Amino acid sequence: MKQLVIPAAIALLLAACSSTPDADKAGGGAPVESRGPGVATVTTGGVDSQRLPPELTDPNNILSKRSVYFDYDNFEVKAEYRDLVASHAKFLTQNRQFRILIQGNTDQRGSREYNLALGQKRADAVKRMLALLGAQEEQLEAVSLGEEKPKNEGQNDAAWAQNRRADMLYNGEF
Amino acid sequence: MSRILCQLRRIGLLAICALALLQASAHAQLTIEITGAGANRIPVAIAEFGGDPAASRILTSVIRGDLERSGLFKMIDTSGEAITETTPPNFADWKSRGADALAAGSIGLSPDGRQEARFRLYDVSRETVLGGSAFVTSKAMLRAAGHRIADVIYEKLTGEPGVFSTRIAYVVRVNATRYELHIADADGQNSQVALISKEPIISPSWSPDGDRLAYVSFENKKPVVYAHSLASGKRVVVANFKGSNSAPAWSPDGRRVAVVLSKEGGSQIFLVNADGTGAQRLTSSSAINTEPYFSPDGQFVYFTSDRGGSPQIYRVGIGGGDVERVSFEGSYNVSPRLSPDGKSMAFISRRDGGFRLSVMDLASRQVQVLTDSYKDESPTFAPNGRMILIATESGGRGVLSAVSTDGRIKQRLSISAGDVREPAWGPFNK
Repeated sequence: MKQLVIPAAIALLLAACSSTPDADKAGGGAPVESRGPGVATVTTGGVDSQRLPPELTDPNNILSKRSVYFDYDNFEVKAEYRDLVASHAKFLTQNRQFRILIQGNTDQRGSREYNLALGQKRADAVKRMLALLGAQEEQLEAVSLGEEKPKNEGQNDAAWAQNRRADMLYNGEF
Repeated sequence: MSRILCQLRRIGLLAICALALLQASAHAQLTIEITGAGANRIPVAIAEFGGDPAASRILTSVIRGDLERSGLFKMIDTSGEAITETTPPNFADWKSRGADALAAGSIGLSPDGRQEARFRLYDVSRETVLGGSAFVTSKAMLRAAGHRIADVIYEKLTGEPGVFSTRIAYVVRVNATRYELHIADADGQNSQVALISKEPIISPSWSPDGDRLAYVSFENKKPVVYAHSLASGKRVVVANFKGSNSAPAWSPDGRRVAVVLSKEGGSQIFLVNADGTGAQRLTSSSAINTEPYFSPDGQFVYFTSDRGGSPQIYRVGIGGGDVERVSFEGSYNVSPRLSPDGKSMAFISRRDGGFRLSVMDLASRQVQVLTDSYKDESPTFAPNGRMILIATESGGRGVLSAVSTDGRIKQRLSISAGDVREPAWGPFNK
């Protein structure tokens, strides 16, 4: 992860000396967009993705399916998703070098932090099932994105149903 | 007196950064709309200041705007000549105009050659001087000086400190791949961007000294808690354990941060040192435990838990031990935030299908619902306890709304581009 920080002193100096906005763009395009007293702007780095084995991305392979959907106010993996989770557990059992990040999600109603905790329950449920079916603890991490990353931004039952979800990401995808 | 000296020194320092401020002000600003006012507003006259008329207009419009937006004051028309702090006011004239108080002043040079805003506040009916002070300023820092003067006037007339020169933090979701953490003056002006990220940022929390913000960033595809020094941009990881890390809240002494970690399964509240060391688990229930918030005396942590079947507010001593349920009415009570005096608690309660800002008097457990909103979130008290800032929705967009603790005064702060959310009101200036 890269992190670009322009020390406040330099930022202030630049700001004090510059007569046009363009002067701010010095420094090799550093993504510092505003400078003012007491606040330096930081831009976060991203995460680079890597190539995955074809079986994980082939649309005809069940392993390309990564989402488990949940009912309203429910945190149990439904029967229709057991084969999907079992397939990933089997892949993890046969490929111990792979790790999986399970991201739980919720719909957008209610407190953000409380929804983060609800999303964690969904991720934990998928993680528990993967572990029961043979994946090892070191291969699994369950986290929550709460209501922050909706798949569907609509404000209706259909949209909310798509957002009550846990996604499985392999290392290289997160 | 020493407080005023400190303020003087700070303004002087800030003046160096004049141009930087001008540049920052080119950013999208929050605009404020008032939708209510107090019942008995104090009539105040803010006369034009002596000295440079253009500078006076900037200064007095900031002072008048601050006082007016608070909902506690009514501005008396002051058309006419500028009145300096040394001119004896014509009290009979101001009385006939209906003013209870009058502020007069001037913008001139201080003994060391810097620009200075001086003012005096009068009690019109008693014909006495209520107070006054001088602030070193500069052309670009007139707004800051205006906020300082408005704070003094507010305190002299209401007996409580003003919050016009405090700062607020909030998150702007520009689009699905751009999130910005902003720091702005309490009136929404002079916004500056502390953090830009492709991933969401939530739950900003000010350190008690106002130098740092803790928050949750999803830049690593999972929630991680950072503490961010605003002046330098230096970031320290407070919690990045396996699983989720979220909901930071500073202890009143600034040494520890309460966080929610899922590393031991479920969502549990831990106390960690601000440098990320020494994590200690505080809650032990297998249910959800989240949204910790310290009582102002540092002795209790209030939090949200579904241990009783629905999300409700509880509290626990910082040493652990017995957990006490605090909220009882209704099936969804979340996001507890204690008032600065520790006597009341703001929270979000689901009523008639809407999520509404509510306040509980902790001694009597009496609850007052302050809004009729559909989607209130993230309450945060002004440091004088008078107003509560919340995120809410208006026309499908996220806006901020400041509501007085008696529910009478409402101000809406919106930004033309993007969703505004996750407000956090900073502490008093040092």
